[in-house]
Amino acid sequence: MESGVFFTTYEADMALRRTPVQKIRLALFIVFVLVFPFFASPYWLNLANQIAIATIGAIGLNILVGYTGQISLGQGAFMAVGAYSAGLLTARMGLPFYLSIPIACLITALVGVVFGIPSLRLKGLYLAIATLAAQEIVEWTITHWPQLTGGTEALVIPSPMLFGVRLNTDFRFYWILLLAAGGTALFTANLFRTRVGRAFVAIRDQDIAAEVIGVNVFFYKLLAFATSSFFVGLAGALTAHYRTIISWERFTIETSILYLAMIIIGGLGTINGSFFGAAFMTLLPAMISNISRALRDVAPILATLLPAAQQGIFGAVIILFLVLEPEGLAKLWRNIKDYFYVWPFSY
Amino acid sequence: MSNRQPRVRLKAEHLGLHFGGVAALTDVSLEVREGEILAIIGPNGAGKTSLLNCISGLYRPQQGHLVFYDRQGNEHNLLKKKPAEIARLGIARSFQNIELFRHMTVLDNLMLGRHVHMKGNILTCGLYWWRQQKEEIEHRRRVEDVIDFLEIENIRRKPVGTLAYGLQKRVELGRALALDPDILLLDEPMAGMNVEEKEDMARFILDINQERDVTIVLIEHDMGVVMDLSDRVVVLDFGRVIATGTPDDVRQNPLVIQAYLGNEALMEQL
Ligand SMILES: Nc1ncnc2c1ncn2[C@@H]1O[C@H](COP(=O)(O)OP(=O)(O)OP(=O)(O)O)[C@@H](O)[C@H]1O
Ligand SMILES: [Mg+2]
Repeated sequence: MESGVFFTTYEADMALRRTPVQKIRLALFIVFVLVFPFFASPYWLNLANQIAIATIGAIGLNILVGYTGQISLGQGAFMAVGAYSAGLLTARMGLPFYLSIPIACLITALVGVVFGIPSLRLKGLYLAIATLAAQEIVEWTITHWPQLTGGTEALVIPSPMLFGVRLNTDFRFYWILLLAAGGTALFTANLFRTRVGRAFVAIRDQDIAAEVIGVNVFFYKLLAFATSSFFVGLAGALTAHYRTIISWERFTIETSILYLAMIIIGGLGTINGSFFGAAFMTLLPAMISNISRALRDVAPILATLLPAAQQGIFGAVIILFLVLEPEGLAKLWRNIKDYFYVWPFSY
Repeated sequence: MSNRQPRVRLKAEHLGLHFGGVAALTDVSLEVREGEILAIIGPNGAGKTSLLNCISGLYRPQQGHLVFYDRQGNEHNLLKKKPAEIARLGIARSFQNIELFRHMTVLDNLMLGRHVHMKGNILTCGLYWWRQQKEEIEHRRRVEDVIDFLEIENIRRKPVGTLAYGLQKRVELGRALALDPDILLLDEPMAGMNVEEKEDMARFILDINQERDVTIVLIEHDMGVVMDLSDRVVVLDFGRVIATGTPDDVRQNPLVIQAYLGNEALMEQL
């Protein structure tokens, strides 16, 4: 706990980072992400880019699930809408990528609102099933409307251009993703220290009390779906322009579940947690395959087993984490910080 | 008392509410007058909470009328309004079983009381520094005023779920008060409190009524409190109004004594 800290103005008291330690930590993190690409190998840059996209998607999902308490199994579908909207706008209509992305986000927000309508009547598992319908409908539309989407064929998108520079390397695209992820995190952090975000959380905690204190639950639930889908759509649109080739298989129910796991492991209703979860779920499979590659020379038998066991190890680690820290990595991070606040007087 | 009748702010006429075969309210008529503390009493299951739920729009009575008069004297048919719209008119309440936003801090709970007075939308909120910061600070001042008043400065940043019961009741009162209501509906605000906490709460309620000019409707089982605080009392029994009047009138009303017969504890207090 950060005790003994007092503020003389409400501006300072309401700041995102309130103490010098918090500010320094944030500054260090910013410096790190700015110099990282100059030292990182292409392999690590690629991972970093994946993490950035996953972070945006996880924040988007967290807005809906973690903050507003509306369970969604439609993450994959909403990412698909964002990805295909951006991809088609560029590939078929020749829109530059920086225009296709915001339009794709708005389209996804709209689709999110439509599939959010059941939330006005349904809660919990019932809502989860309703959002599963979104997943099925979107998948079906993509695969059965080849005139528009190319159907089960992959959609190829020309690589993005900015000021005459082709953003076709991990290094170049990194900056776009950094901007997008940073913007998403900042916007969301602001949202949840102000009026609209409070209304979202109030609906999660006690929807009747929220209604009675004057929150139009009907409106704010749909707004939560719109906001969430906007950022999930952003993650999808960025995927399209980053990969320059997409197919429906990237956005199945498995994606939805992966993202749910991300925010649960990272921490529901936190921005840190969205990032931690995204990093964890991206790095863990990469680490497992690294280990199996290293083992190939030392113990060939183990190495042949490992790829097969990969899914199992993945699952086991997740379960282990959940058992040890049910509130996710964000909580673990808080514990570590609290430990150092009282350190060395930690008794 | 002067013979000048204060304005009526809320009027219920012949309200009827039933759940399947159970009649929660039958032909309930009453009025709430500007500036008063109106107590609603009655045995368990008499329909007190149901009545408040009708006023705040959570229950829709099948019969009757329910009208609110705002400060300008305009008439609002509450039966046509949703709970959020009723809050916006200036009717706030607390619940019998605390209904706070458990994972939010005291500060955020109270800031939600300001929700209807704020304008921030998704864009201004997300872009904070552009416009929202100013509005947040403005309303934070109002909330700090409530925090001072209720003497809860030291728990501002605590998640309400971690607070003791008595404090939670106080925070819930604070959230309703932060809305700057014309009418405050309190459903057993002192239930389950110790004597000291009850005295604090009674003092707060009186201050809110007298210094902040808030009209109060109070459900309370503790007759001592009711007799001390209220200007008028409405007695419900089996969903019907069996008596209305000053505390002294009501105490002597044979119907009331009848209703409380068999309940020794309550009888003693009458
Ligand atoms: N949502 C509901 N569904 C079904 N019956 C209800 C509902 N709400 C209230 N009732 C019934 O209406 C009657 C009045 O209940 P209410 O809660 O208004 O009483 P009360 O006077 O507040 O009692 P208490 O002093 O115990 O709080 C009871 O018979 C109750 O069972
Ligand atoms: Mg009750």
